[in-house]
Amino acid sequence: MNLLVPLKMVPDLVEELTLNEAGTGLDRDALTYKLNEFDDQALEEALELKALHGGTVIVAGLDTPDIDQVFYTAIAKGADRAVKITGQFDPLVDSWTAAAAMAPVVASLEVDLVLAGVQAPDDLYGQLPVLLAGRLGWPHVSVVSGIELDPQARIARCHQEYSGGVMAAMETALPAVLGVQAARKTPRYAPISRIRQVMKEAKLEEVAAAPAADGGRPKVRRLFKPESQGHARMLEGDVTSQIEQLVGLLAERGLLKVRV
Amino acid sequence: MAPVVVIAEQLGGVLNDVSLELLGKGRQLAQGLGEPLVALLAGDQLDSLAASLRTADRVLLLEDEGLAHFTPDAYEQVLAEALKDLEPRLVLIGNTSAGMDLAAGLSGRLNWTLAAYCTDLRVEGTALVAVAQLYGGKLFAEVELGTSAAIASVIPGSFPADAVKSGEGRATVERLPVKLPPGRVRFHELIAPETSAVDIKKVPVLVSVGRGIGGAENVEIAEDLARALGGEIAASRPVVDSGWLPKARQVGKSGMTVRPKLYVALGISGAPEHLQGMKDAEFIVAVNTDSSAPIFETAHIGVVADALEFVPALTERLTAGA
Repeated sequence: MNLLVPLKMVPDLVEELTLNEAGTGLDRDALTYKLNEFDDQALEEALELKALHGGTVIVAGLDTPDIDQVFYTAIAKGADRAVKITGQFDPLVDSWTAAAAMAPVVASLEVDLVLAGVQAPDDLYGQLPVLLAGRLGWPHVSVVSGIELDPQARIARCHQEYSGGVMAAMETALPAVLGVQAARKTPRYAPISRIRQVMKEAKLEEVAAAPAADGGRPKVRRLFKPESQGHARMLEGDVTSQIEQLVGLLAERGLLKVRV
Repeated sequence: MAPVVVIAEQLGGVLNDVSLELLGKGRQLAQGLGEPLVALLAGDQLDSLAASLRTADRVLLLEDEGLAHFTPDAYEQVLAEALKDLEPRLVLIGNTSAGMDLAAGLSGRLNWTLAAYCTDLRVEGTALVAVAQLYGGKLFAEVELGTSAAIASVIPGSFPADAVKSGEGRATVERLPVKLPPGRVRFHELIAPETSAVDIKKVPVLVSVGRGIGGAENVEIAEDLARALGGEIAASRPVVDSGWLPKARQVGKSGMTVRPKLYVALGISGAPEHLQGMKDAEFIVAVNTDSSAPIFETAHIGVVADALEFVPALTERLTAGA
């Protein structure tokens, strides 16, 4: 079984996001990038499935800032191959472009199952797993956990999660793309020493992206921060003062008496 | 005629609220565009559900026992066929789990423009403009959907559902022919949520913890506060995924939707998926170290502080007596 995990860098949302001069996108220079957290979940699940069934875990991503480091970390965690798709990409490459660039590469790698992070914080044009499946003509299921593989029957079983804690148990024929919501356990860490060793020894593979046709994407007029009239009233002062204000507000609303 | 089409969603024979929300908004947009509003629903034995969609100008059903439960493969196929014939200007889909599969899947199959995570849509002259949530709610994008067919997936709760009273309309209900493809994805069963001694949907005070509290060992300080407030503990998704608290305590899109009298959010950044489950709480207090965290846009009261320092002090103050 060949399992492939697309990896994508996204802005670290802990940092302040600054708009570019035109107000139509983020100021790339002011950003700190990190791996999309759902991709980390997908990678963990792929490594767990490999531990159960054997096979190969391939990580693939577009040539964008810091992606090499993410590849080395993935190899240090247990991925077998890393494929960098080269071309002129915006550091904040969108999911539509990523799917278009990635699909021919996935098709060429004899992949049985793509495990992709279910979403990314900048998926304005749709989510990568579904867009990728569409281009490959493969079945897909999004928002899944509880993945099981049956390599003999060539199926993957999974749970699609709905609101209210309800789930649907489904199975899909392989090859397929699953949009991973959560791995069976918390994503592992790779020791720095191991990553350093991988950086010396491992070789990243490179494949040039085929030029993609345009289309599919609505035109962005502007980005803006949420209007702040609905903003919380912020309690100022030191902790003691903040607590006194809060206790006062709770008491006013009778919320200190709501006891069961 | 290029109608506005709402793809309604049902699970186990129950209509998702987002379908009525979309019908309300869809009516407004259809009027602005001078086009009809069509409700499209796939499933099996849909008679009673179809009645709730009759405020649309047409209700179209894709009914087949093979569609009784959602599978992305079959639903996408039959909906794509129906949409091709309808030649819509705009397709509205709820940004639910199934909606995520459908919106991007249909966009790919039909090569129609998609804007995901929409929170608002409006008509400007002949143009359709959508507002979509980005970067965990820290930014919004205003996008133009063009003049040909486009799809918008809309975050549930963005529009009122009561703009449409179910059963009020008089639209006739039509059934479309269904040609099901050989299924590559098969449905097995629906799994009900695990039961818990405490139903967080029924508790008046919830103290909810997010990743910002740092580790499982710190859940206790939130539990102490919950006790002092006469409430229960709840959590955001990452906390549950990390195994710090059980799934039955999870608030948000894939957890519970709660409306307590008091919701205290500790170290919760306020990702859209979490807000979806708690934004209608009567009084929301958020404690976070990041003053720009989106949770402060939804909370009534905000405290920029380290929860690990603030919460024990608050608990002590409460247990010492007001």
